[in-house]
Amino acid sequence: MDRKATAQGLERGMTLADARAMLPALSVKAANETADHALLEAIAEWCDRFTPFVALLPPQSLVLDVTGAAHLFGGERAMLDLMRVSLAKQGFAIRGALAGTAGAARALAHYRDGTIVAAGEEAAAVASLPVEGLGLDAAATQAFRRAGLKTIGQIAARKRSELMARFGSAMVTALDRVLGRVENPISPRLPLPDIMAEHRFADPVVSEELVMATLDALAQSLAPVLAQRGEGARALEAAFFRADGHVRRIAIETARPVRTHEIIGRLFREKLAQLADPLDAGFGFDLIRFAATRAERSEAETVSLDAGANEDKEIAFLVDRLAARFGAQRIVCFQPNDTHIPEAAAVTQPAQYAKTGNAAWARIRKDAEAPRRPLRLFAKPEPIDATAEVPEGPPGRFCWRRVQHLVTHASGPERIAMEWWRHHEPRPTRDYFRVEDSEGRRFWLYREGLYGRETAETRWFVHGLFA
Amino acid sequence: MREAAERLGGLRASLALAGLAGNGDGTRVPLGHVAADACLKGGLRTGALHEIFSAAPGHEAAATGFAATLASRLGGNRRLLWVRQDFSGLEFGEISATGFLEFGIDPSRLLLFRAADVASGLRAAADALTCAALGAVVIEIPRTPKRLDLVTSRRLTLACAQNGVSALLLRFEADPDASAAETRWLVGAGHSSAGNKNNNNKDWGYPRFDAALTRNRHGTTGHWAMEWNCDRGRFNETADHRAVVSASADRPAAEAANARQSAA
Repeated sequence: MDRKATAQGLERGMTLADARAMLPALSVKAANETADHALLEAIAEWCDRFTPFVALLPPQSLVLDVTGAAHLFGGERAMLDLMRVSLAKQGFAIRGALAGTAGAARALAHYRDGTIVAAGEEAAAVASLPVEGLGLDAAATQAFRRAGLKTIGQIAARKRSELMARFGSAMVTALDRVLGRVENPISPRLPLPDIMAEHRFADPVVSEELVMATLDALAQSLAPVLAQRGEGARALEAAFFRADGHVRRIAIETARPVRTHEIIGRLFREKLAQLADPLDAGFGFDLIRFAATRAERSEAETVSLDAGANEDKEIAFLVDRLAARFGAQRIVCFQPNDTHIPEAAAVTQPAQYAKTGNAAWARIRKDAEAPRRPLRLFAKPEPIDATAEVPEGPPGRFCWRRVQHLVTHASGPERIAMEWWRHHEPRPTRDYFRVEDSEGRRFWLYREGLYGRETAETRWFVHGLFA
Repeated sequence: MREAAERLGGLRASLALAGLAGNGDGTRVPLGHVAADACLKGGLRTGALHEIFSAAPGHEAAATGFAATLASRLGGNRRLLWVRQDFSGLEFGEISATGFLEFGIDPSRLLLFRAADVASGLRAAADALTCAALGAVVIEIPRTPKRLDLVTSRRLTLACAQNGVSALLLRFEADPDASAAETRWLVGAGHSSAGNKNNNNKDWGYPRFDAALTRNRHGTTGHWAMEWNCDRGRFNETADHRAVVSASADRPAAEAANARQSAA
């Protein structure tokens, strides 16, 4: 309810007919919860500039954990006023309060706008609030009212055992939270960074060089903290807060923990240069926050005498650079997969996330034998026209992509049954042949389905090409 | 004179293979094939650009295999980066890890870059060539895109020389044109020993290539049948290595030796 509506005598919870009777010109819109939630999200995003710990309490509340942040804005009172003024400029009227626990702050914000309560004094501050401040369901609230308990203070004066017996433990917990007796666990909207550094500008900055220099400086200030904790960053995020409230977040990930600011700076520069939707400074950024969103244990960075370790580090840096420029999915490595289905025997994995170490690759061929698996494999086997001289034998000739191939040598079959326990639909067995044509080209063909048992008509496919 | 030089090259190559000599100026890696190594003055140069063309349509897999062998030789036991474009995987088949394993190259050495287009593939390759920890970079480029010109190949050559990483340009369905490459190979599939009447073995044996060295900045050119030894990770001395061995089981050399013995 905004001030204008209240002045006209409208109230929350009124029926539409009553409201229409008072104000015939009232225009009505259906509530749109999704849009409301999106708006709340947007406000939360804006509030991120005060503290990274912002939680949503739909439909209309936000909780900010400002522990250790208030002094940056000239104290708690100044911070609350700044929020009120800045949000009012954007067209929002807010009610706010500060308290030692989220529960108390929420209740106070609803009924005593602008209160600031020192830690430990919540019980006194909320004593005069109506029971509704507890945030209980309508039935419980009404029960209190009927019992003559109208304020939180009155309820708090009752014996806990009585309350517990009558209303259950959930109610007592709610009471304790509002009274500041227990912490109210709230989950932040965004994961909290492990370590962060930020730079506030007195005037919004637009210049790209200044932005990059700030990023470098922030990365540099992060390094000693990481070093002290014996950690390196695996994921980093730079958040650019534009003066008009827009927040742009840019994240990078690394294959191994890093703390060298040159590397971090270079990765960000690669990423920024490659953005499909470039960083738009608009009227300028007033805050840049730089955070290690995931840090991992890492040994002190010494120049290793072991050449292998240095090589691994260089490769990891290359992988990070390519991933930052082109996307993590573009640079992959291979991992063995325990199956005998050819197309599934190896899986690709973004090299950034891959575990290093010895993968257990198992060779099929024996010494001095030809490779049993082709160098190039078609993701989707291609159907071919083939005729076999004997039903179970290899084809004598086949036609693939409109080219006739005369088979001069064939070995097989290698029968590969599809793993029936993995699929609901049974898939036909494949008989693989390695064949060489008259030009020396080598193919991996298979016949699908066991003739007479699984299928009346067998089909042929080319699945891969040998060197 | 030329024969002597060839012999010298061959000897150098075999010394290098046995690990007895530093390979020449430290930048040549012998392939194992005696005649080819002789032509290459001891081996293929690392930190240079080499081109491999599939000799005819349908021989892309052979060219792939040949590029893999060269990358593996040039890279020592360091990591290899394979750069390919998305459509190339659909058209010519994806690089298969199990195939590389069977071929004698450890798939855990392999990194694959899946480029959306030629431009990003070349950019990624140029970036990778600055990483000295890489053994070799294979850049697979079907047909002849405009992006790939003399300037690009010069740039790649320079990047190779700077950090000592070797680059292999693998070309399908393309005609060789002006480039700054150190060597150029035209590769097709070679008939396997299975076609050989003397061969009773059902297995077709090691992969064989019909490889023509059509350009060599620091030596002569040649055309050979080459056989990749998947177990030793190098080429066999000659393609019909086994045929020679089996042929000499019942022949003049043995007879001569017998004769000498009986004479003694």
